[in-house]
Amino acid sequence: MNESLFINIIIGISIASTPLIFAAIGELLVERSGVLNLGVEGMMIVGALLGFVVQFHTGNPFLAVFAALLGGMAISSIFAFLTQFLLTNQVATGLALTLFGLGFSAFAGRGYTEETIVLIKAIHIPVLSDIPFIGPLVFSMNPLVYLAFFMVYLVWWFLFKTKQGLILRSIGDNHDAAHAIGHNVVRYRFMAILFGGAMAGVGGAFLSLVQVPIWGEDMTAGRGWIALGLVVFASWLPFRIILGAILFGGITVLQLHAQGFDIRISAQYLSMLPYLATILILVSLRIRLKNKTNRTVPNCLGRIFHSTS
Amino acid sequence: MIKLIPRVENSKVMILLSPLLAMTLTALTALIIFIFILDDIKVSSVFFTLFVLPLTDSYLFPELLVKAAPLMIIGLGLSIGFRAGIWNIGAEGQYVIGGIAGGAVGLYFYNVEGFWLLPLMAIASILGGMFYASIAAFLRIRYQVNEILVTLMLTYVAVLFLSAMLQGPLRNPAGFNFPESRIFHDSAMLPIIWEGTRLHIGFIVAIILSFVAWFGIKKHMFGMQIKITGSAPRAAKFAGFNDNKTVLYSLLISGGLAGLAGFFEASGPAGQLTPGLPQFYGFTAIIVAFLARLHPIGILFSALLIALSYVGGEEVQIEYNLPSSITQIFQGMLLFYFLACDILIKYKVVLNKTKN
Repeated sequence: MNESLFINIIIGISIASTPLIFAAIGELLVERSGVLNLGVEGMMIVGALLGFVVQFHTGNPFLAVFAALLGGMAISSIFAFLTQFLLTNQVATGLALTLFGLGFSAFAGRGYTEETIVLIKAIHIPVLSDIPFIGPLVFSMNPLVYLAFFMVYLVWWFLFKTKQGLILRSIGDNHDAAHAIGHNVVRYRFMAILFGGAMAGVGGAFLSLVQVPIWGEDMTAGRGWIALGLVVFASWLPFRIILGAILFGGITVLQLHAQGFDIRISAQYLSMLPYLATILILVSLRIRLKNKTNRTVPNCLGRIFHSTS
Repeated sequence: MIKLIPRVENSKVMILLSPLLAMTLTALTALIIFIFILDDIKVSSVFFTLFVLPLTDSYLFPELLVKAAPLMIIGLGLSIGFRAGIWNIGAEGQYVIGGIAGGAVGLYFYNVEGFWLLPLMAIASILGGMFYASIAAFLRIRYQVNEILVTLMLTYVAVLFLSAMLQGPLRNPAGFNFPESRIFHDSAMLPIIWEGTRLHIGFIVAIILSFVAWFGIKKHMFGMQIKITGSAPRAAKFAGFNDNKTVLYSLLISGGLAGLAGFFEASGPAGQLTPGLPQFYGFTAIIVAFLARLHPIGILFSALLIALSYVGGEEVQIEYNLPSSITQIFQGMLLFYFLACDILIKYKVVLNKTKN
């Protein structure tokens, strides 16, 4: 394999996996707090739209990413309010959030389907980026790719190295006990859900600000759901998110290259690969675990908490 | 401070009132949105077109029933699984596979007359949907893989498969390469039950199925089993109910019914297989099932309500050039409000004046 093809494939994988890393690392924190938010797809599409719209009007990528972050947070706050204060079923509320997000973005974005924007470009550091091989791979990625990796580190650090992270995990494992020793379950969960929304928003914006310069109402194409699958695959351990996302990005890139090489399979069958791969990695995880229960699963995942005192 | 105090018994009044409250709140929110985005003069007429016209107009009313039929059928199947805590979220995929299976049988016997053709297509579609849902059942039973993710992923696969079929084996040979099948011949089309409209026999089947499901849940052991598995999993285990069987049967039932709905759509209003077969019914039926509190007879009404928003949404798109995605917003909002209002059933809301 020649060198530039290799570099292109690596860059392709990083571009394909970054939105998943963002969405999945956010959801990982949410699930660690004991909340299952199935609205990732809806939050991502809202982020994709807001990022696109702000980039279109201002041309300022910082504002665009920030808008996507706020948009994801805003829509996730509906979920947070309903599940934490009105004690609604998390599965149903998350689904409603996805349906609402898809409808809202299709409605609000109807004037933008014909527009294009300037994409966020990869960075170029003088000298460092020019080092052969290492330069393009390590020092010339898209800034948001670095941010995604940093967020994974940050979530890991928060969960396993800080006191608040420990409290959050204990709330996810036993909310009644955590409440009994005086921790504010609802506040922690509310914050976690907002963080998850923010990350899903940025992940969505990556699609419309880095991958393609257009906006389309079906552009997330199930990535929010795949991100949910990645959290399970990662056994709720942050760094494994990267592994899963790269695996997934690799399949996406493989599929694109296979289409380029004129392999005699309909494009539709190749496009099925990422979805089938998600199922396969979930199965492979179970085979690896055999029949042992996964000890990293937050015990209170999806359970409703209501304090009587 | 507002405080929630658990009720000793679920409030019977609130069980009936909370859906009405949710509908009222949705309508109010819709009104506020319209006031913001429309001229004042238009607000009332758009509102009228969206919520009233589908019930009174002689063309729109049968269309409402046409749309309600697949929602009822899919919603019924889903409600059975939801009762047992089996989340088949990918009914849309089973619906598509059912449509392809039923349609393929009809196209295979193209121009063959016979009363047996429609039943054969129906069986093929049910088996197709069942097969597709059984993949999720198998993976959950054998590998404990979450059925939500599997059924969803398979929905994307099903839509791609439909597209591949329409560009390959099922494409109309005389169709100028359009990705569409032939138009079904008369024997492969569902009988119309209301002259001059598109209302087909599927609507009657949907109503019959609701009563069958109602009876089944009340009288049959399996109905009892799914109810207990959902509400008290431990008790279900002590009673010796087989968890795996519950997973398998509820996925087979919901998959089969979704498949049947796909066939009704293809052989009814569509009359052929097109890329437009997936109409989001599989997802909307989730809302239908919840609004009915998973009750089979309730599903008849909630399906009609959601169908109303579909037909009204299409009509405001035609008449006022508002995007039909507004329907989806209202449907999502309705579910939000509905879930929120349900708190009034289990809890009493009290204002606590003293600060503690």
